[in-house]
Amino acid sequence: MDFFADRLLDKRVGRKVVFIGNEAVARGALEAGIGLAATYPGTPSSEIGDSFATIAKQAGIYFEYSTNEKVALETAAAAAMCGVRSMVSMKHYGLNVALDSFLPVAYLGVNAGMVVAVADDPSCWSSGQGEEDTRYIARLAHLPMLEPSDAQECKDLTKYAFDLSEKFKLPVMLRLTTRVDHGGGIVRLGLLPKPKTKGFFVKDFKRYNILPPGKEVVRMHRELHEKLVKLQQVSEAEKINFIVNEKVNSKVGIVTSGVSYNYVMEALEEIGSVPVLKISFTYPLPEKKIKDFASRFETIVVVEELDPVLEENVRRIAPDKKIIGKELLPVAGEYKPEDVLLALSKVVGKKNNFDFEKQEREFAKIKIPSRGSVLCPGCPHRSVFYAAKIAGGETTIFPGDIGCYILGMSPQYAVQDFITAMGASIGFAHGIKKVSDQNVIAIIGDSTFFHAGIPPLINAAYNKSNPVIIVLDNRITAMTGHQPNPGMGITAMGDKTKEVMIETMAKACGVDSSNVKTVDPYNFKETFEAIKTALEKKQLYVIVARRECQLLAIRKKLKEGIEIQKFEIDAAVCKKCGICLRQFGCPAIHMEGKNYVIDDVLCTGCSVCAQICPYNAIKPKKVEKVREK
Amino acid sequence: MKGIFNIVIIGAGGQGVLTLLKILAEAALKQGFDVKTSEVHGLSQRGGIITCNLRFGENVYSSIVKKGSANLVISLEEMEALRACIYASKPSNTNFLVNSYRIYQPMMYLKNEKYPDRKQIVKGIKKFSRRSVFVDATLEAKKAVGNTRTANVYLLGRAKREGFLPLSRECLLAAIKEFFPEKHFEINKKAFDLGMKK
Repeated sequence: MDFFADRLLDKRVGRKVVFIGNEAVARGALEAGIGLAATYPGTPSSEIGDSFATIAKQAGIYFEYSTNEKVALETAAAAAMCGVRSMVSMKHYGLNVALDSFLPVAYLGVNAGMVVAVADDPSCWSSGQGEEDTRYIARLAHLPMLEPSDAQECKDLTKYAFDLSEKFKLPVMLRLTTRVDHGGGIVRLGLLPKPKTKGFFVKDFKRYNILPPGKEVVRMHRELHEKLVKLQQVSEAEKINFIVNEKVNSKVGIVTSGVSYNYVMEALEEIGSVPVLKISFTYPLPEKKIKDFASRFETIVVVEELDPVLEENVRRIAPDKKIIGKELLPVAGEYKPEDVLLALSKVVGKKNNFDFEKQEREFAKIKIPSRGSVLCPGCPHRSVFYAAKIAGGETTIFPGDIGCYILGMSPQYAVQDFITAMGASIGFAHGIKKVSDQNVIAIIGDSTFFHAGIPPLINAAYNKSNPVIIVLDNRITAMTGHQPNPGMGITAMGDKTKEVMIETMAKACGVDSSNVKTVDPYNFKETFEAIKTALEKKQLYVIVARRECQLLAIRKKLKEGIEIQKFEIDAAVCKKCGICLRQFGCPAIHMEGKNYVIDDVLCTGCSVCAQICPYNAIKPKKVEKVREK
Repeated sequence: MKGIFNIVIIGAGGQGVLTLLKILAEAALKQGFDVKTSEVHGLSQRGGIITCNLRFGENVYSSIVKKGSANLVISLEEMEALRACIYASKPSNTNFLVNSYRIYQPMMYLKNEKYPDRKQIVKGIKKFSRRSVFVDATLEAKKAVGNTRTANVYLLGRAKREGFLPLSRECLLAAIKEFFPEKHFEINKKAFDLGMKK
């Protein structure tokens, strides 16, 4: 047992623990007696699934990392149809993948509570795709949505969502954002019931009949709207939408939700009390409550991140009031507490204490070298990027994909020209090949290949296309925090299972056997030659670059006490050509004075820098072998 | 302690930033405070530098430390202390505890930027701080317990010794004990005690 598992399954009711929002969601689901959970990891939602993975066996529930969000949603919905409470979690763009199944599930309904936890990512801390606002999807799906502001609410609203879902026989959406997912706070533990994990599918042709002409589907649609009317009455009555500072005399009132509520409350501590209506029931909105609240003020300020969803509704509900929203606070990017403080102090007419502008001016005077996300030292992707860049040259097009390897966009490598969605590199590579004679290399990770790379590969083979596809198989789903995937032969619950071989899969998709090649990225020459050959062949070609994520490899080595052979640069031989320092871009290589040096702590001993050095100046370190306990 | 105490922790992935954050949060909880934390996960972690926040006091709403409002900055990397200055200020009496360990980044060389020397860093921090302490925690931890990965807990001890933390030794140790598996407790306690020693 470890610190994280202990707390998730702590039976002491009333005990206070610090959870991040995602852990609190998992705990809330456990307190609701969940029997099955499924996810495809996507930051910022990943730790919901990881929490289940930590305790599923011990708690006696079923948990899986599904191959993609659509499958995860289907798995959870099926459980709930069979009468077992279930949760599916994903990031915003993951919900788009699942949407095809999600919308019909709303029509069919569930029998036990089902909660769909979806995490938006304002400011795109971990999303290259966009700042999608999933609040729109609640309306599209005709489903209730709840929105917590902190860890305690994450737990409470999750638990409540299960009851609500079961009462209305509808999935309930729980909308989170990065700062709520990864924001820690004190959570009071509740009772952990024995989970119900076995269900039964009751055949009901009348209920599930969707055969055209669409009479029955139209009935389902109508019933959904009838449920929404009732759900709105619940939303009106629920105390999860509440007013703070109700008795304060003011011309201004604030309506807010999600993480913004915290910033509003913190700002008011500094600039004085103003009545606040906090909305946790995002859809359907408590319209009467909003109307009554608005009627007391001249001006309503709406504070919400991303799109003006709440604002547009408040304008509609209280058309005669002055509504201030997105003209005060931006529509793009997350809010910081000082943004809300400054905005509200303007409206209320009270000055805040600290001069933020001066602070920024002073800070701007400090010169600090740039930093950004980089591939880790020893990352096997680096070798492939460098090889692809040299073999492909500037004339090759690299449609990108989603994983740690989006860092291939870094200027050193420039082997990801554009990125859209999971698995999309192959579809785009195929499309380019159909209209252009340019060389095309799609670079995609193992987990992403299983997620959405297979249909476009079949499509490319079937439609006689010929891009080169490199699958970076680092034996794990790395970017989101090292979750297992079908290529590993291990399940989320730690059980051994059948390993799906990417090579076999590629051949089964229709790629010619002689055009499927496996390389070790730590063998630079082999990797480079394979890419060169593939490009020359001008046929559909799949290269599997297989090497375990070095973060895991190094962890295993340390644990087993295996010595790591570090490398060093011989200053007498080094010509300072800059290939290792600037082009290869390993963070372990830096300059000390005028010499190039390899950091002894950071070096993982991958040896690729030694292989690419044109002067053989990089050698295994002889003097002392570093050994950590 | 009056009001809310704001801590900013900066470091590279693998340096134990999140561990440090979780131990501090647990200690603040044990001391009876309301606690809010802010973590960074996902790609922002990769190879780069992450910034985590911890706030504790009687009643804490937001988990984000506002610009200029940090009371303590713990930087596990030397130059990153400069980047943390946006959160620090004289009015907040910000103290800096800086690990003099350096992590270079390829981007610097691509842009022909230079890693600032100690003098420049001290000078940069000065305007934004009450006091700054530089210590080679990575080296100290390695010397004392043979493990560079306890540098974070060593820094925790050091922060306590410098009077930078309004949390008791008992609560900090209890949090360390709770966080680590039993077999790793002794080595971490040793690193903590070492940091506390004059």
